[in-house]
Amino acid sequence: MFYRESGEFKSSYRGDNRTFPMSYDVKIHIFMMLVAIFVIPMVINDYWAGAILLPFMIYSIASIGLNLLTGYSGQVSLGTGAFMAVGAYASYKLMTSFPELNIVFVVLGSGIITAAVGVFFGLPSLRIKGFYLAVATLAAQFFLVWLFNKVGWFYNYSATGQITSPERTLFGFAVTGANATTEVRYLFCLAFVVVLGWAAKNLTRGKIGRSWMAIRDMDIAAEIIGVNPMMAKMSAFAVSSFYVGVSGSLLFTVFYGAIEVTEVFGIERSFLILFMIIIGGLGSLLGSFIGAAFMVIMPVLLKNILVTGLGWPTDVATHFEFMIVGALIIIFLIAEPDGLAKLWGLAKQKLRLWPFPH
Amino acid sequence: MSVKKIMGIAAVAAVFAIPAMAESLKVVTLGYRTGAYAPNGIPSQDGFVDAIKLVNERDGGANGVTIEAIECETGYKTDKGVECYEALKKDSLVFIPRSTGITYQLIPRATADGTTIFSMGYGRTSAMDGKTFPWVFNFPTTYWHGASVAVNYLLGENGGSLKGKKITLLHHNSAYGKEPIRTLEKLSEKHGFELGIIPVDHPGQEQKSQWLQIRRDRPDYVLMWGWGVMNQVAIKEASNVRFPLENFMGIWWSGSEQDVVPVGEGAHGYKALNFVKVGSDAPVFKDIKKYLVDTGKVTGDGTHIGSAIYNKTFFEAMLVVEAIKTAQKMHNTKMITKAQFRDGMENLVVTEETLASWGMAGFAAPISVSCDNHTGQGYAFVQQWDAKKGAWNKVSDDIAPDMDVIEPLIRQDAAGYAKENGITPKCMS
Repeated sequence: MFYRESGEFKSSYRGDNRTFPMSYDVKIHIFMMLVAIFVIPMVINDYWAGAILLPFMIYSIASIGLNLLTGYSGQVSLGTGAFMAVGAYASYKLMTSFPELNIVFVVLGSGIITAAVGVFFGLPSLRIKGFYLAVATLAAQFFLVWLFNKVGWFYNYSATGQITSPERTLFGFAVTGANATTEVRYLFCLAFVVVLGWAAKNLTRGKIGRSWMAIRDMDIAAEIIGVNPMMAKMSAFAVSSFYVGVSGSLLFTVFYGAIEVTEVFGIERSFLILFMIIIGGLGSLLGSFIGAAFMVIMPVLLKNILVTGLGWPTDVATHFEFMIVGALIIIFLIAEPDGLAKLWGLAKQKLRLWPFPH
Repeated sequence: MSVKKIMGIAAVAAVFAIPAMAESLKVVTLGYRTGAYAPNGIPSQDGFVDAIKLVNERDGGANGVTIEAIECETGYKTDKGVECYEALKKDSLVFIPRSTGITYQLIPRATADGTTIFSMGYGRTSAMDGKTFPWVFNFPTTYWHGASVAVNYLLGENGGSLKGKKITLLHHNSAYGKEPIRTLEKLSEKHGFELGIIPVDHPGQEQKSQWLQIRRDRPDYVLMWGWGVMNQVAIKEASNVRFPLENFMGIWWSGSEQDVVPVGEGAHGYKALNFVKVGSDAPVFKDIKKYLVDTGKVTGDGTHIGSAIYNKTFFEAMLVVEAIKTAQKMHNTKMITKAQFRDGMENLVVTEETLASWGMAGFAAPISVSCDNHTGQGYAFVQQWDAKKGAWNKVSDDIAPDMDVIEPLIRQDAAGYAKENGITPKCMS
């Protein structure tokens, strides 16, 4: 009934290679974009933006980044939190050193700096794989957090070691700082999500994405068919770290406004992003979004149901929240080890035949 | 499909569940009954909520208006604190962040929204400057005041001179623990003592290397800015390396029963600063027993009543209530608004008589707040743990901080913040 393929005729290679082969998908996509751009900013309030949509979009970028590295290129990383910290501190240094620099370039510049750092810490991947690489990136996690705590230059020698984002405007609207309105911050992040999501989709469909997947599936075979492993791995680290850096930069400038490295970018953050892509689906962009949504929205939703709705004591509710989220993760992974994205794919299959399965 | 359906229903329920009723004054206490800092977080919440309950039960609220204490669980995590703030900011008079990190996070937001933040004895020190931080209050004291009080106490111990002494700061490696460093540096210049700084990373379960360093450096005194499990581990390690505990002194958040009891006999002699009396001999505790314990309305299991943290947050809630009453009187209305509550905070005066009227005579030093001074007078005293009796003994009088050193630092920091954020410092009323 839904997702009918009948009538979908492709008469050119271009048509055959479209990102969304089915016109139904294209329509849904355009509809969702229109809602996101024109409707949500009209109805959004501080709570929805501050507690749900902003973190969801920012973590989506980070989980796309990690998914490009782990899901598409097969390089395990436990340093995501630290790379986000690099993005945040890079934007802080850029904002305070060059007050005239436009916020868009601050965010992109932070991404590029993070990409460079990522490539540096990705160098061990040329020699080691799997668990050993995970441990090497874990070293990056601890080293970078220690560095940002230890060296005063990174936080401009502020008394508390916190970094605070000054106010920056775009087309006359405050994007960062306390006076930035919810709508502006939302649209600013949305622009990055849309552009970076579009870029990621096309990267994975092109030559570079294919070389990543070749390396992931079997690096020796990939080398034999002419994929340069060094280029593939380094580019994966660079692109992934760019995404993660942009996300860290947005988290600091737009969402938090003030950050302390140990608290925000600790090892828990790395695990959180890793869980997002495992639950969402490794090697799937849709999975990155679903995983981020699951990990960001689920606790807030449960809190609202248990505390605000049912009036439970906050501590009991929090403990239940841990248990429920944990149980759901296990249930979903047992039901579908390939993540929620695969589950969605199966649902789509079923929808095509509904209501008349064979 | 069924899971999705449930989630859909739940989402709708969540959206409709948010609007709340009026008719009571709401105060929000963020806290942590879960996570690594729960042992300290539980008595914090219990003390605050009990005080509000007592005021409602015994006095019928503030001049007849019920006060509602709303708890929010943060687990000491910043993003949870922000989420809670955004959800409740619309009609809550005041937010109590209970974490220096969350306080820093909320200061710009609250200033933009016009919501009062009350960080009692933590948070941003320069919020003392009410012209720059009109919505933030941190009376009765701050970490910089505390650092100065600690040094003044040590000066008193050493006949007025600390020349050539070595003092080491053992601190939680976070915004909280780093707060006193600048003040201590200034004080070390002034008094000629040598300052060592040793950070401990969250959560502070493992401090072998730090205490090895302390044993090697042989400082005369160790000051501690610790929280949660870090406190008891530090005290345990100090007694293991045979550091004389009477020369080891914590800030007020490192001086509760949870920090010393697990160490047992080894903790005997450990000192800490405090600004409210520990113990349950004040008359108000009879009321707590009568109205809350005996009626079963007490928060939690009631075992923390009279303990160091419980008493601090109990006192904190009483200050909030007094500010509400002050605002009601100033504006001649019972249902005060958020802005009116801020005026009440800024004009709060707590005298010996006020304390006595709460049944808490001599519980803490008097406080008077003004636009120019959101911190008050910053008195604190030293208490020492007696492991045999299992009680904190007050071993000094109220000690005043050295404002000649702190005041310029605070004004400078506040001016820097004002410049960075384009604030023109001025009094709101």
